[in-house]
Amino acid sequence: MRISARNLTWTAGGTTVVRNVTMAVESGETVGLIGPNGAGKSSLLRCLAGLRTPTAGTVHHDGEDIAAHDPRHVARRLAFVEQTGESDTDPRVADVVALGRTPFRDRWRGLSPADHAVVDAALDHLGLAGLRHRHWSTLSGGERQRTHLARALAQRPTAILLDEPTNHLDIRHQLELLELLSHTSQTVLVALHDLALAARYCDRLLLLHRGELVAHGTPTEVLTPALLRQVYEVDVHIGQDDLGYPVLAYRAPVSQAR
Amino acid sequence: MPAELPLALRPDAEVRVPAAPVRQAGRRSGPLFAAGVVALLVSLAACMVVGSGDIGFGELGRVLGGHLGLDVEPLPRLLDSLVWDLRVPRVLMAAVVGAALAGCGAVLQAVTRNALAEPYLLGVSHGASTGAVLVVVLGVGGGVVSVSGGALVGALCSFALLLALLGRRGLGSVRVVLTGIVIGLLFEAVTYLVLMASSDADTTRAVTHWLLGSMAPSRWDSLTVTTVVAAAGLLVLWLHATALDGFAFGTDTAASLGVDVRRTRIVLLVATAVLTSVVVASVGAIAFVGLLVPHGVRFLVGPSHRVLLPLSALAGAVFLVWADALSRVAFAPRDVPVGVFTALVGVPLFLLVLRRRGEL
Repeated sequence: MRISARNLTWTAGGTTVVRNVTMAVESGETVGLIGPNGAGKSSLLRCLAGLRTPTAGTVHHDGEDIAAHDPRHVARRLAFVEQTGESDTDPRVADVVALGRTPFRDRWRGLSPADHAVVDAALDHLGLAGLRHRHWSTLSGGERQRTHLARALAQRPTAILLDEPTNHLDIRHQLELLELLSHTSQTVLVALHDLALAARYCDRLLLLHRGELVAHGTPTEVLTPALLRQVYEVDVHIGQDDLGYPVLAYRAPVSQAR
Repeated sequence: MPAELPLALRPDAEVRVPAAPVRQAGRRSGPLFAAGVVALLVSLAACMVVGSGDIGFGELGRVLGGHLGLDVEPLPRLLDSLVWDLRVPRVLMAAVVGAALAGCGAVLQAVTRNALAEPYLLGVSHGASTGAVLVVVLGVGGGVVSVSGGALVGALCSFALLLALLGRRGLGSVRVVLTGIVIGLLFEAVTYLVLMASSDADTTRAVTHWLLGSMAPSRWDSLTVTTVVAAAGLLVLWLHATALDGFAFGTDTAASLGVDVRRTRIVLLVATAVLTSVVVASVGAIAFVGLLVPHGVRFLVGPSHRVLLPLSALAGAVFLVWADALSRVAFAPRDVPVGVFTALVGVPLFLLVLRRRGEL
């Protein structure tokens, strides 16, 4: 699915969090959304997922203005994974993954056999079949994130939006998650903090700074010392590893005195 | 992990259902339902013979049979009236009220994502009491419907006040309950003020049960209204079971699953307000049923609302039927308001929930 925004602005409590962003993620692409803390990554993702109504501008999914559709219609094609999806009701893994069938369910009926088949496939695909009866409170951070991803896949979406899904994961689980995302046929837009990982796994990057889109393009186009100095206020040396992926070596932060 | 998506997860592919029986995601709830229904029927019958008057199952059978048009030897008029006009509607009322309150508690806990939410602790019951007492004292018609209407206005007012005081800062934790208790105190004060200022001793005595919660005033007319409203209200709650499950991970995840969060919240808050008001209008504010029962049932069957809601309703019905029977015999011949009993059981369990959440 192609996701696009035109002149998107989102204001909360008098502060403009996302400012006049025009962008597009093409069908099947894996795109990384990067930027410092408070750059507006989460808010932009939520606007694109239809969870926030833009103050100005439009969001289109495959050319359809999502403002014209109800949340259920959007949820049948697009899945969203939060940064920390926590619950204190302690559901079991299979119950959480079954939530992915919510947009397709009839409120009078339980899960259909087809729903169960999808849930099983999602559990198997993420290696969670053995954990299906485990309670949420007994899962590790990596298992929780995988459960949320399985829940998202159970929506059978054509696009998945993820808000810093690698937070709280150790490096192995970060790599596994991104490996999985970059190989799916779905459109993936993922907010990431780790620039090297973003460069390694994303086809393109979108760089946000103070709510504005300051750069977009391939990782090598976006990750330049000049841009990173301007946005992150750090000096960085960018090299290449033996596979041709960018390697970032950070120097001291740029002096605050300007 | 495999890179290629399996067919069942591809948006454009047909889902093929395996011929082998699909493993169920939920725990087996069928036997629990059956057990719940049996427990309720047994409780109803057992508690109808508990209390003043020498009534056994034989007499109960003759009364029920007689009124259902069966050819049985009738009981003496006075005894028959005691059972049919007072005892039977009272026990049935306890069941309906228990079911409604337990359902409200389960839903409020999910909607506010707060383990301590229930109509009494949120002050909604007190608002309903104020509305009901105002209608009675001001004499805007004393029927069940108008008293329920007054209670509904009061309940909605207290909900509105609660949401206004909480503002946009979320519905989590003890803050909600503290705010709810403050609102409850406010409405209680208003109720007493209205009572003291504008009514005689008789009215005062008659309406004290709204403040304590007692099944004693239950009659067939109030039972009918309460049952119809409770059945409709619980059905509305049950039809939102899937949406309620979605709330488990917060409103953003719920919305991303296609739940219209705003609309669902409003529908469910209004539905719980309606349920609470009709209960309060009939039998007064009863504490803690909405807190205890859903927690117990969730512990047994997990948090899935399609199962949790009906089982909570059944368990709430059984619980209140027995609590009411206890209130009838514990200090016989004096009839202790059942709200006193539920509070006695409820407070320690309330503290237990707080402690388990690490908030005490």
